[in-house]
Amino acid sequence: MPPRNTVLQGALRRELLAVQGVERFGPYVLLRLERGPLEPGVPGQFFMLEAPGRVLPRPMSLSLAPLGELGFLFEPIGPGTGSLAALEPGVEIHVLGPLGNGFDLAVERPLLVGGGIGIAPLPYLSEQLGAPPALLGFRSDEHAAAAALVPNASVVVEPALVTELLPADPGDVLACGPEPMLHAVARLAPGAQLAWEAPMACGYGACYGCVIDLDGHYRRLCVDGPVLRAGGPTSGGGLSLDAPSGSDQRCGPT
Amino acid sequence: MSVPLLNASGCLDALTAPEVARSLDAFVTKTITPLTREGNPPPRITETDSGMLNSIGLQGPGISGFEREHLPRLGELGVPIWVSAGGFSAADFALVCERLDEFDEVAAIELNLSCPNVEEAPESSAELVAAARAATTKPLYAKLSPAQWDIAESARAVVGAGADGLSLVNTIRGLVLEPHTLAPRLATAVGGYSGPALKPIALACVYACASAVEVPIVGMGGVRSGLDALELLAVGATAVALGTVLFGDPSAPDRVRDELTREAAARGFGDPADLHRSSVVQLEKSLHIAANTSGCTAVEDC
Repeated sequence: MPPRNTVLQGALRRELLAVQGVERFGPYVLLRLERGPLEPGVPGQFFMLEAPGRVLPRPMSLSLAPLGELGFLFEPIGPGTGSLAALEPGVEIHVLGPLGNGFDLAVERPLLVGGGIGIAPLPYLSEQLGAPPALLGFRSDEHAAAAALVPNASVVVEPALVTELLPADPGDVLACGPEPMLHAVARLAPGAQLAWEAPMACGYGACYGCVIDLDGHYRRLCVDGPVLRAGGPTSGGGLSLDAPSGSDQRCGPT
Repeated sequence: MSVPLLNASGCLDALTAPEVARSLDAFVTKTITPLTREGNPPPRITETDSGMLNSIGLQGPGISGFEREHLPRLGELGVPIWVSAGGFSAADFALVCERLDEFDEVAAIELNLSCPNVEEAPESSAELVAAARAATTKPLYAKLSPAQWDIAESARAVVGAGADGLSLVNTIRGLVLEPHTLAPRLATAVGGYSGPALKPIALACVYACASAVEVPIVGMGGVRSGLDALELLAVGATAVALGTVLFGDPSAPDRVRDELTREAAARGFGDPADLHRSSVVQLEKSLHIAANTSGCTAVEDC
């Protein structure tokens, strides 16, 4: 049995947390963990969850932060997410976080936009912003069951696309979803805050596995993102995105 | 001192996780090449049942960017800095080593002779080491690939060319397919395989080299626990580096160190280093160079 309260290493906190419950929302799973001494962080930040029996942990943005708990919404599609979906209450897993840069919450007219499992950070974000309007897109009615987690939401199901619901003057867009959706949102709403996703081995800048092309340079999504601001289309094929201010705060000896 | 624990090159960024670097006896940088490199396109990593593949492709700032932006901050960490040096020719290795030779912060240089994700230099490993040897007086550790028929022969060759120690082993080439499409998971198709699956391979390589040469050996490959580290010591390693385990567990250095002490004691070794005391003394020289630059008299005091 690994020791409890294993690590307290400055900015990195990794703890053993007990499973409180596993709930289904259509094909999605909401894994509820005891919060322990971990901070929930800012919406859009993420945690690395130990996937039992697997070599690497899995990155998950925080979906819900009720008192004493951390909730993670995901779709069990592989061996790692499958092992997390199969967890029984009382079992403990290691959790590292919060990590990365979340959404800038200083917005005047927030509009949340989510696609598929990309709605994961939106329930917590909605709570922190006082339930602003949300536009959610799913690939089936069954998947749309997860819309119940986001208040004040308009929902579309494929073939309709969530970007079709975007008003001409969308206000302050905060979005998370599949890459094509984020690219479309970036075109329609310059200045939108976009939460990206990439495979990650570590979540804290060590592996260089999660890079995305920002203006022709590969940048680590875990330390420069995962939330980036859309800066409009570029000519180079890469994304023109800016890290929110202060994103380099962890990039130096402290 | 007890057995030195290092990180495997490319498995930790001391500037984003300084507290993890400080929990090691020396920090090893990502490989530094003469010029800036963007690295390989994503996807760069994927998991298997018993390890992971990476195809980072030596992304890095180049020697000038490293000197200007990284090294000054690394020097403030208070932990000895080993710089991994790489390139695509003997001239590249010589250039990087010559530049690094000027910096007191650099305690040792590890020569990445074996990156599986970039083109190989045309020269032999021994020729690359000889070029580096001529360019620096820093301790030189040659990092060898496990993918060779007779690694002991390579070990003799690089030591003969001036290597002061060996780093064993680098990743080994692997390929993972996405099961539905049967397309490679990595953008480069092939990547470097690491993690638990590498451990028996690393043990065999350390075992072969330890009887072929008498230099310190930093053993690495699939170490997750103190017992894994002890096994590497038992076959001839004098220090142990942690790689893939750091991705999932940034507390691994402290945990592995504690476990190593316990596992050694359970087998009658008061200090795990008793397995290879004489070689440890040689390795200590490398660790002390940087320790002295930060005002310490011994690495234990830092």
